[in-house]
Amino acid sequence: MASNEEILAGLAEIVNEETGLAPEAVELDKSFTEDLDIDSISMMTIVVNAEEKFGVRIPDEEVKNLKTVGDAVSFIANAQA
Amino acid sequence: MSTPTLKQAPLNENTRVMGVGAYRPDVIVTNEDVCQWIDSSDEWIRQRTGIITRHRAPADVSVIDMAEGASREALQKAGVEASELGAVIVSTVTHPYATPSAAASLADRLGATPAPAFDISAACAGYCYGIAQADALVRSGAAKYVLVVGAEKLSDVIDNTERTISFLLGDGAGAVVIGPSDTPGIGPSVWGSDGSKWDAIGMTHSMLDIRDFAAGKRDSALSEGEAAATEAALWPTLRQDGQTVFRWAVWEMAKMAQQALDAAGVTAEDLAAFIPHQANMRIIDEMAKKLKLPESVKIARDIAEAGNTSAASIPLATHRLLQENPELSGGLALQIGFGAGLVFGAQVIVLP
Repeated sequence: MASNEEILAGLAEIVNEETGLAPEAVELDKSFTEDLDIDSISMMTIVVNAEEKFGVRIPDEEVKNLKTVGDAVSFIANAQA
Repeated sequence: MSTPTLKQAPLNENTRVMGVGAYRPDVIVTNEDVCQWIDSSDEWIRQRTGIITRHRAPADVSVIDMAEGASREALQKAGVEASELGAVIVSTVTHPYATPSAAASLADRLGATPAPAFDISAACAGYCYGIAQADALVRSGAAKYVLVVGAEKLSDVIDNTERTISFLLGDGAGAVVIGPSDTPGIGPSVWGSDGSKWDAIGMTHSMLDIRDFAAGKRDSALSEGEAAATEAALWPTLRQDGQTVFRWAVWEMAKMAQQALDAAGVTAEDLAAFIPHQANMRIIDEMAKKLKLPESVKIARDIAEAGNTSAASIPLATHRLLQENPELSGGLALQIGFGAGLVFGAQVIVLP
């Protein structure tokens, strides 16, 4: 089970690989679309890679609810629990 | 009286792709053209899809016309006469007759009669389904040479003002001849379907909706103008759930592509080229990453110029790749098609 800090660090790494954004920029209160400027295709790539990294399933209908980095961290933490 | 022993067709051990042909229609649709129909920009479209232009066919050019153009070149490159064909297969979802098939007419035009001829409905996987069929027909001894064509006139089944798929699509045809070979030229097909995602890509309406409307089951409260608009809106056009399709394509299809490599007994390092269905540049890039393709592998990116041409995309991309890089001939290519159904098919082939 990864801690929230570990999930955040892991997500930041995935976001960095997909978009080139510095991992430090990926903070809990940041919105994927508004603040990080991540488009829908990049978002799906991040979701697919997060599923692989954290061993969780993030259904398509759930993706639209993951507005901020914090939403994603909570979802992954709950899914792992 | 003893039962006589049957004779069965002698088997061919190996098959190969003998020649590739292409037909690209004349009308070029740019991203600027697309932006007249949807609120978008050249930059947005390039960034999301990698598409710069697509070819579309004028009204008087049919799926069969395009198939014929591609087939004649494929036969000539393969050095096979139409009369020698043991089967003609056309993969298409845009031949506008449920029956008779595009393939029967194509066979007749080419002079392949009485070769067996049939269409395959497997959308963007149609070409790889055709290769799976042709490989099996030649190896089983049912046919010596088989023509496989992917031909689409997607411009007939799009609504230029919708945003999920229409702006990606183009028209065209690609064809190959499959025949017997002294050495292995087509690896085992990894193919399948997942009908649980039947709704992910497909037409907006069934043909029956048009019939029922035309038969007068229209709402009598509609004015003449509204009735005409409703009738036009009933013409079936394509839609997709982009996110579901993108995820499936990247995630599940990379696994299938890997299975095709494993089944052929080769690795990504052995490949000369990767020729995926030209759905979206981002899918192509992401699959290449997942497959850990080395830099040396040429990746087909015909989509930039041709758009997504469904069943025609892999043979068209193969044709361009060989034209621009003739040294790839004889090398191994991994090809994978995936699309509405959902369906998929993948093989490793030796490039002609």
